[in-house]
Amino acid sequence: MKKEFKLMKGNEALAEAAIRAGCDAYFGYPITPQSEVLEYLSREAHNRTGMVVLQAESEIASINMVYGAAGTGKKVMTSSSSPGISLMQEGISYIACAELPCLIVNVSRGGPGLGTIQPAQSDYFQSVKGGGHGDYHLIVLAPSTVQEMSDFVEFSFELAFKYRNPVMILTDGALGQMMEKVELKPQVERFHEEFNWATTGRKNGNSRVITSLNLEAEKMEEINIHLQKKYEMITKNEIRFEAINCEDADYLIVAYGLVARICQKAADLAREKGIKAGVFRPITLFPYPYEELKNAAKNVKGILDVEMNAGQMIEDVRLAVGNELPVAFHGRMGGVVPSPEEILEKLEMKFLGGSNE
Amino acid sequence: MNEKKMTGDEHYETMIAEENICINENIVYDKPHDALYSTPMHYCPGCGHGVVHRLIAEVVEELGIIHDVIGVAPVGCSVLAYNYLNIDMSEAAHGRASAVATGIKRVLPDKYVFSYQGDGDLAAIGTGETIHTCNRGENILVIFINNGIYGMTGGQMAPTTLANMKSSTSPFGRDVQTMGYPLKITELVAQLPGTYYVTRQSVHKAVNVRKTKKAIMNGFLYQKENKGTCFIEVVSNCPSNWKMSPVESNKWLDENMLPFYPLGDIKIPSNSSKNNGE
Amino acid sequence: MAKVKGDIIIDIEKCKGCELCIEACPQDTLEQSRSVNTKGYLYIVKVQDNCTGCTNCALVCPDGAITVFRQSGKKKEQIAKITNVTGDLKVTVG
Repeated sequence: MKKEFKLMKGNEALAEAAIRAGCDAYFGYPITPQSEVLEYLSREAHNRTGMVVLQAESEIASINMVYGAAGTGKKVMTSSSSPGISLMQEGISYIACAELPCLIVNVSRGGPGLGTIQPAQSDYFQSVKGGGHGDYHLIVLAPSTVQEMSDFVEFSFELAFKYRNPVMILTDGALGQMMEKVELKPQVERFHEEFNWATTGRKNGNSRVITSLNLEAEKMEEINIHLQKKYEMITKNEIRFEAINCEDADYLIVAYGLVARICQKAADLAREKGIKAGVFRPITLFPYPYEELKNAAKNVKGILDVEMNAGQMIEDVRLAVGNELPVAFHGRMGGVVPSPEEILEKLEMKFLGGSNE
Repeated sequence: MNEKKMTGDEHYETMIAEENICINENIVYDKPHDALYSTPMHYCPGCGHGVVHRLIAEVVEELGIIHDVIGVAPVGCSVLAYNYLNIDMSEAAHGRASAVATGIKRVLPDKYVFSYQGDGDLAAIGTGETIHTCNRGENILVIFINNGIYGMTGGQMAPTTLANMKSSTSPFGRDVQTMGYPLKITELVAQLPGTYYVTRQSVHKAVNVRKTKKAIMNGFLYQKENKGTCFIEVVSNCPSNWKMSPVESNKWLDENMLPFYPLGDIKIPSNSSKNNGE
Repeated sequence: MAKVKGDIIIDIEKCKGCELCIEACPQDTLEQSRSVNTKGYLYIVKVQDNCTGCTNCALVCPDGAITVFRQSGKKKEQIAKITNVTGDLKVTVG
């Protein structure tokens, strides 16, 4: 079969992938830098597959529409950017407890507060560690290319339905806005599978209920234990990462998303100077590749963690490698994207005693 | 067969009284057994929720839509409505029931979808969702129980609490100067072109129960026409938090709630096209 | 004219003794009992045999605790056939 390529913005590639993945419904609200998702779907989706696309009155309404529609067993998604994702947290917590499959996309921007519309990774804690109330986890995927923005949509739905768990694609404004060549997947038929848990109208004697409430403490604990077991299972089965030139590396640069690509360039520059650097990129942020990172770091002298925030993932890096290895940090905030040169400079300064400053 | 000669009515009366008329063929009213679980409800004695739950179950059974209806329960006293209604239901976050119902209806447009919400849920924290759901004319039925108070949390002031009415957060009576006015959200949504059928009913007397049932029946039937949101307010009581006996609470409802929240249809389909044209 | 004959069965375990049925009954058929059910409620009982089967009590009952019966005209005919009303009253039972 002939492959289909197109030059696309990250946001549009993601939206196109949603249509092709047979997504049933999208509920969203405009916010920069992700509005193209809503715009693209409004223009393309319904005519092509009959997919429902609805602009809600707020992110709060969007996520609750997702909750309702996901409860019927359909492929449902929403997207937003950082402040909007903050508004959705209550709904996300409900969805996680009610175990509804759905896709939430965070094309994140710099915070806190209204912050900026430029890219940032300062939502790592919110996405990976909780965000909403209660003990729950999203499965969090961090694409680093426009191709992955596209590919991760179908993958997300796969994981969401496999585990009945909400999945988040955590990306950023830069990846959402930049254009790259994308290989598009063939159109998948919208499915009409019936799930025994889905509220589609009572099937036999007893009704189905979608809820996150249990007023009995022991029962609620059981639900929590069940969720934790599921997260263990996800951790066992679904860890994804990429290790680039890590085998012979003396230094590891750990980064996710778009930053990992910048770090790759920095590692290349380092190797040109004779510094053996490799890049370790977690693709799933939950579950986090602790063991894999530990293994990759076995023979290295130091780790540089690079993020577009004040240092959030670095906590997981330290959890992975322990105290035996020096872990340095380089971060830019408020929407500033680090350059390969400054990353290399930081690497040299921290571990090789050299600095131009 | 026995043939007896009789002289008066007395014997006739006695003869009928001997007969047990409590047999299935003679049932003229029984609670629904399919759409309503036989579980005792947790509501306080005299609470209107039980009546409205039963009416929904009756209508669902009579319309034969038990396999095609999905309900959305709110946060509030009726948060456990799905423990009583034996139909597919989804529990919503506080105030978001109409957004959840929108999500369900949009992906299952052929099903009957309703939300069941209290005044705090629908008219305070969920006002935005309520208005926009009605404004989009979502083809759902919104059943709005208005008892002028937050029941589950223990009797705090609601947006619908009457002026000067006492609650645990308006202990000296609702002062409209500082606490705002009671919100007539039903009249408000009736103004929106998206609503198709808007009515206010009550369940404090048998005659009103009959009317409310008819309204709920209409609400579901109109959903088939795909012409907009049906919105039914049921003015109800809260004996526990009004600190009255159930009988007193219904009398108080009659004398205080109903003058401010008058019963009757606010928007009916035959009028709606006329209103829109004006 | 003979009155319509009705009857009710109250599920006393479901009854919470709210007394709304007493208010709704046009016949004063109902009263609160002096004993409690297993939940501790003073449940409602029928104290007169004058129920017409109007269903008002069951309609206002928040707990769906009342089932209402009414003797149908048809059924009455089956039970007792009244003939020759102007002369000697004849009733056929069977």
